[in-house]
Amino acid sequence: MAGLLPNPTRRAVLKGAATASLGLVVGFSWGGLSREAKSTAEARPFLANAFVRIAPDDTVTVISKHTEMGQGVYTGVATILADELDADWSRVRIETAPVDLKLYINSALRMQGTGGSLSMTASWDQLRKAGATARAMLVAAAAADWGVPANEVTVAAGVVHHARSGKTARFGALAAIAAALPVPTDVALKDPKDFALIGQPHLARLDSTDKTDGTAKFTIDVTLPGMLTALVAHAPRFGATVKSFDDSAAKAVPGVVGVVQLPTGVAVVARGFWAAKKGRDALKVTWDDGKAETRGSPEMMAAYRAAAAQPGLSAKRIGDSDSAIARAAKHLSANFEFPYLAHAPMEPLDCVVRLTKTDCEIWSGTQMQSGDQKHVAALTGLDPEYVRINTLYAGGGFGRRGPFDSDYTMEAASIARAMGADGTPIKLIWTREDDIRGGKYRPMYYHAVEAGLDADGGLIAWRHRVVGQSIMKGTPFDSGTAIDGSSIDGLTDLPYAIPNLTVELHTTESAITVNPMRSVGLTHTTFAIETFIDELAHAAGKDPYAFRRALLAKQPTWLAVLDLAAEKAEWSRKAPKGSGRGIAISKFISTIVAQVADVTVGADGKITVDRVVCAVDCGIAINPDIVRAQMEGGVGFGLGAAMHGAITLKNGMVEQSNFHDYHVLRLVGMPKVEVHILPSSEPPKGVGEPGVPPIGPAVANAVFAATGKRIRTLPLMSSTSA
Amino acid sequence: MVKFTLNGATLSVDDDPEMPLLWAIRETAGLTGTKFGCGIGECGACTVHIDGAPTRSCQMPVELAAGKAVVTIEGLSGRAAKAVQAAWRQLDVVQCGYCQSGQIMSAVALLSHTPEPSDRDIDTAMNGNLCRCATYNRIRAAIHTAAKMMEG
Repeated sequence: MAGLLPNPTRRAVLKGAATASLGLVVGFSWGGLSREAKSTAEARPFLANAFVRIAPDDTVTVISKHTEMGQGVYTGVATILADELDADWSRVRIETAPVDLKLYINSALRMQGTGGSLSMTASWDQLRKAGATARAMLVAAAAADWGVPANEVTVAAGVVHHARSGKTARFGALAAIAAALPVPTDVALKDPKDFALIGQPHLARLDSTDKTDGTAKFTIDVTLPGMLTALVAHAPRFGATVKSFDDSAAKAVPGVVGVVQLPTGVAVVARGFWAAKKGRDALKVTWDDGKAETRGSPEMMAAYRAAAAQPGLSAKRIGDSDSAIARAAKHLSANFEFPYLAHAPMEPLDCVVRLTKTDCEIWSGTQMQSGDQKHVAALTGLDPEYVRINTLYAGGGFGRRGPFDSDYTMEAASIARAMGADGTPIKLIWTREDDIRGGKYRPMYYHAVEAGLDADGGLIAWRHRVVGQSIMKGTPFDSGTAIDGSSIDGLTDLPYAIPNLTVELHTTESAITVNPMRSVGLTHTTFAIETFIDELAHAAGKDPYAFRRALLAKQPTWLAVLDLAAEKAEWSRKAPKGSGRGIAISKFISTIVAQVADVTVGADGKITVDRVVCAVDCGIAINPDIVRAQMEGGVGFGLGAAMHGAITLKNGMVEQSNFHDYHVLRLVGMPKVEVHILPSSEPPKGVGEPGVPPIGPAVANAVFAATGKRIRTLPLMSSTSA
Repeated sequence: MVKFTLNGATLSVDDDPEMPLLWAIRETAGLTGTKFGCGIGECGACTVHIDGAPTRSCQMPVELAAGKAVVTIEGLSGRAAKAVQAAWRQLDVVQCGYCQSGQIMSAVALLSHTPEPSDRDIDTAMNGNLCRCATYNRIRAAIHTAAKMMEG
């Protein structure tokens, strides 16, 4: 039956196109007019792999398949396309794409979604081509309309011009003519020297206005007729299930309309948040802890420590580190402890679902559209194309809005189903406590590292064991082997020239759920690598910057970034008494970032980070100000985690619950951040995550420079105050 | 029944008197610019002005708003508000944007009584407003920029 109805995703695109009737919709991969476009008078615009629509009023609407979580991706997407189109930036708008893997797959993730700081990389060619194609059609339209040769027609800032005849037209006036023209398949892209928008030092973000006047719409702001709000009582221990519950008091709360059991807990559905909250508070649930995690963090870390004493699964082996370490002139070892971390985006996790027997509509700031669609389709028995997703702004993601199992989205859909799938919109809200205690954490890890220096202070061997849970196991990014590459990211491809390298992994099991967090494995591996390199430099009697330089002699791209950071930070200048300066570098996917931190350590052990100098090679900086913003934000996110971040468990229960005890960076803790972007003509490489990893080790190295004390247990503040 | 003015108009709320003002603003009045972030007054996303003072609306039972003048991001007006919003846009402060209504409400309140705030003043006024995107340096810079705009 489903097949008899038009494809809802294409219908959605059409509907959008129809509202801009007589406009131009351009894409390229299908070629030729679509069936709907041919048969539907109101859909006169060409409709294909739609990334841009031009309305008669000159508005250029760029369709983004990527989710805006703050990283500036809407602005980035629009900039790339608008530049090739030669659009008037002030007339550019953004619209989010429906779920359609054929049209909107993220080629880097092989799903429709946003992550890995890969949006600009994955969409660069596609969006340039979409913009250039639309431009070529506008030029052809003008040439045909004016009876002039197309190669004499120029375009700039949304105006099409023919110098000889003096004819001029804005985009909107040509859109209807352009829409009727054949779509060129082979369009020339700009020479980068002709970029008008890409690389501009300050091209205003498209989302600055609505995010400063209260009109920006997040999932939590979705309001639909008859909508109900749901809160869920989750088990206090991971892996526990509902044994029984008493909902009599909950149902007596005015406004509560339903209490339903879910695979993940018990939901209270009510008219509004407050009634749902009071209803949930009144709920009495008995949990079955039979399969629950009941250990605390200290017991788990003790088990990790014991595991690290034994060889793990080999992830990388160059030469023979064991014997090289045995014969080394100097032998160093260090152990590192990393706690669980919660992403804690400012917008609590939420999802709106309207489910009927025949279709499902979702409103969500999700990072994983196609995964959510697939999971909800499986849950409801609907064909995936009948599960539509309206992507909204995400009030922060950091990885938490892209869980591989669509946890909170599935929870919302489960509630809608349990409530009868009668089309009543359900808004699921996780309170902050639900979020902090709700898992999907950056896992806890233990690292045991040993290395050897020769008599000249040369680094001859490195052996690194990582112990912790796998993030990717059982997900679409499962390698299919026993080694989860994300657990050891940055180690198997160490840039430093080390003749003997061993990387081993112990993957542990727990019911505590884990998830990628902004910069994923590098959130811990970079800390261990970059602080241990620092230790080795000191042991070798060398300057930490010079020591790294020597080991990076054959890595010119790394060296360039390291040198820029050191130069701008005036590395050679001595830090004032009582302060210290530290350096660290890392590469996330393909973006290299180096940071130099200046810190002051008080007599009470309080660490103050005064300044951070950050150098980044991200290829072409599409919007340099957004690159800077992402580096600033990456520093702040990474610094908050390194200084304060810790989720700890006692008897299987999370000890923190909200921002009063899960500390994140506040304004007073934010250092000055200077960002320096390496000039580049390489395609863009992504900036959302790479600013995060180096800050923790740069600060820890600076603390050592100031105090002579090595901190190897995070967070830093608990270590110094202990 | 609790009555107060919201952005100049009278709002009557016939609900649990203990319900936080935040939910009366968001759900009863349908003004969603004021955000829920923590529910315990630790993050500042729900900041509104009550009789001009920055207040965490998640911590105030709606009954205590009776007779008061409540202003949200949607109802901001005046020189300080204009300057703050203009400065925020000029410096592209926002990232995810979720905390920014609260940041702006706190900043406007600061500039309304301290037109030339020092960094120390900003620390005091703004440290209760969390931003997980860590837009803090731009927030600080935008407040200084807004102060200059107000002079001119």
